[in-house]
Amino acid sequence: MGSIAMSTSVPQRLTYREACKQAIRDALLADPRTFVMGEDVGKYGGCYGVTKGLLEEFGPERIVDTPLAENGFVGVGIGAAMAGLRPIVEIMTCNFSLLALDQILNNAATIPHMSGGQFAVPLVIRMATGGGRQLGAQHSHSLEGWFAHIPGLKVLAPGTVEDARFMLARALADPNPVLIFEHIVLYNAEATLDSNVKSVDIQHARLMHAGAGGRADVSLITYGNSLPKCLNAAHILASDGIVAEVLDLRVLRPLDEAAIFDSVRRTRRCVIVDEGWKSGSISAEIAARLAEHAFFDLDAPIARICAREVPMPYAEHLEEAALPKVADIVREAHRLVRSN
Amino acid sequence: MNKARVHLDRAHLHKLLRQMLRIRRFEAKCVELYQAQKIRGFLHLYDGEEAIAAGVMSALKPQDAVVATYREHGQALARGVSMNALMAEMMGKFEGTSRGRGGSMHVFDARTRFFGGNAIVGGGLPLAAGIAMADKRLKRGAVTACFFGEGAVGEGVFHETMNLAQLWKLPVLFICENNLYSMGVPFSDADVQTDVWRKAACYRMRSEQVDGMDPVAVQVAAQAAVESIRDNIANDDAGPVFLECRTYRFRAHSMFDTQAYRTRDEVERWRHLDPIEKLQSWMSSNQQITEAELARIDAEIDAELDNAVAFAAAGTLEPLADLERFVLMDAEPEAARWEASR
Repeated sequence: MGSIAMSTSVPQRLTYREACKQAIRDALLADPRTFVMGEDVGKYGGCYGVTKGLLEEFGPERIVDTPLAENGFVGVGIGAAMAGLRPIVEIMTCNFSLLALDQILNNAATIPHMSGGQFAVPLVIRMATGGGRQLGAQHSHSLEGWFAHIPGLKVLAPGTVEDARFMLARALADPNPVLIFEHIVLYNAEATLDSNVKSVDIQHARLMHAGAGGRADVSLITYGNSLPKCLNAAHILASDGIVAEVLDLRVLRPLDEAAIFDSVRRTRRCVIVDEGWKSGSISAEIAARLAEHAFFDLDAPIARICAREVPMPYAEHLEEAALPKVADIVREAHRLVRSN
Repeated sequence: MNKARVHLDRAHLHKLLRQMLRIRRFEAKCVELYQAQKIRGFLHLYDGEEAIAAGVMSALKPQDAVVATYREHGQALARGVSMNALMAEMMGKFEGTSRGRGGSMHVFDARTRFFGGNAIVGGGLPLAAGIAMADKRLKRGAVTACFFGEGAVGEGVFHETMNLAQLWKLPVLFICENNLYSMGVPFSDADVQTDVWRKAACYRMRSEQVDGMDPVAVQVAAQAAVESIRDNIANDDAGPVFLECRTYRFRAHSMFDTQAYRTRDEVERWRHLDPIEKLQSWMSSNQQITEAELARIDAEIDAELDNAVAFAAAGTLEPLADLERFVLMDAEPEAARWEASR
């Protein structure tokens, strides 16, 4: 009876999955031009359960099951966005997004500039990313760094329940194509949302764990499911007497350079933690920019912890060995602090 | 499909002929400017295929949308894109349709709902379906005309789009300009089913083959298609229509093509079917046009072309400071506000 009134005042505890769903539901309620389109988003409820129940609430016009035709339905989303709708396209996992790469790169990212600013592509594409669920090499990769290579896209990587809850609204309000990478391991993560927070920005990195009394020894720069690993590492390091800042990038394109440089200027050391492959990765980009702009602020070489350069294996011990681990982060931080 | 009634009066025949001549002469001017190195990059000319653009555009209304390929000068002109802006785009000028950023292959014009020359073969097809989806949901009563060559049917996205457009009953007119060669590969060497309309029929789409060298035949087919789509949008029973227009490209694929893949005889045979000469001689022998009228059309096109070249030559260069502008849009473009008001 009193539950409706209570729900507005009591801080809400929810999963990342539920946060994604509430964000979509809000968007559908707020704007009749918005609809969800993708494989199994309707009757099945989404491969990872994000859209469960939305077909019943909004009907097949707003929750559109598609055939398995990534390049086709992403292209339809781009055309629909150019002509006035606000589609949310779901790609089941980012490995499948390669089938739509032509549309994403050659049309969505290109047409606004190539048309001299005559057409915008206000499209949101959500996709699941990352390993850790033993799904093998064709369902477990982290390709967000690739997309962050492409001018004309915005690339978001929510690493917290709060961002999962509130990034979508900002992405839909943006006149550009925005890709949101939701990490499959995070879907079950739970958090209590601050009831005062009603929105987030999609421009800035966020300092998740700050130094004490202005002192910090190392920056852990990360995003997505490597964020909880870095927070864990920071706690362990604290008990070892090392103060770590944890910077959640949140937005992989455009990168919040200022936040990265600020953190490293405070700590003079950094470990970049990225679930993508190391070669040509977003971690490589960050390291290069630090070398270009903050070289003389560093007291130790830049360290990187990335996925091992293999197709993600199925067996549990192999997959675990291929992914960044908390122990790796702790070890690298120790090494950097000891080195001078 | 019911056959549309096309009023083939004198004025309309004049319009079709003039449109095709404008395109033919524009392309000839482009060759001249290319040889003078005023136009660079890839240049794909439409000679021989003019009947298709002229016929289809005659069947469209202002609220309709167009998606075209990298061989799109003809569609742009027939749709009403300014020849001045088009020529300025060819020459890379700021006053061009896309500020000189697109060039020959990427003409965009929001004012006429011209959603681009797309240079990825098949890349425009799902865009057209998406534009049609938006127009249908926003109740604009519009049809999207989507042009592509027979080479596109080798792409997976062709088949994906055929299925999606029919599945969701999207108001799209697909126009396959079957000019028999994808660059240098004869279609018969590339596909087991060279009647493209049959592929569309497999997707339960209404489809037919049309003589793409005859502007009247194209217009009749396009008008019937557009009217039947438009009439049925409201009751969600529209669905797309597919026209395979058999045609031939008189010139090389682009400016870097020795045409080793076809014989002079074959080109000559098709040149006898020249849509412009055919219509013109029919009109002359049926007292639909006089020598004086022909001369006047010629002179008017001359003047329009001279104007366009002068406009483009006098054009400016986009300031380098704007190089990165519109990589990310900071607001909705003019087109969006304009679309919203439709």
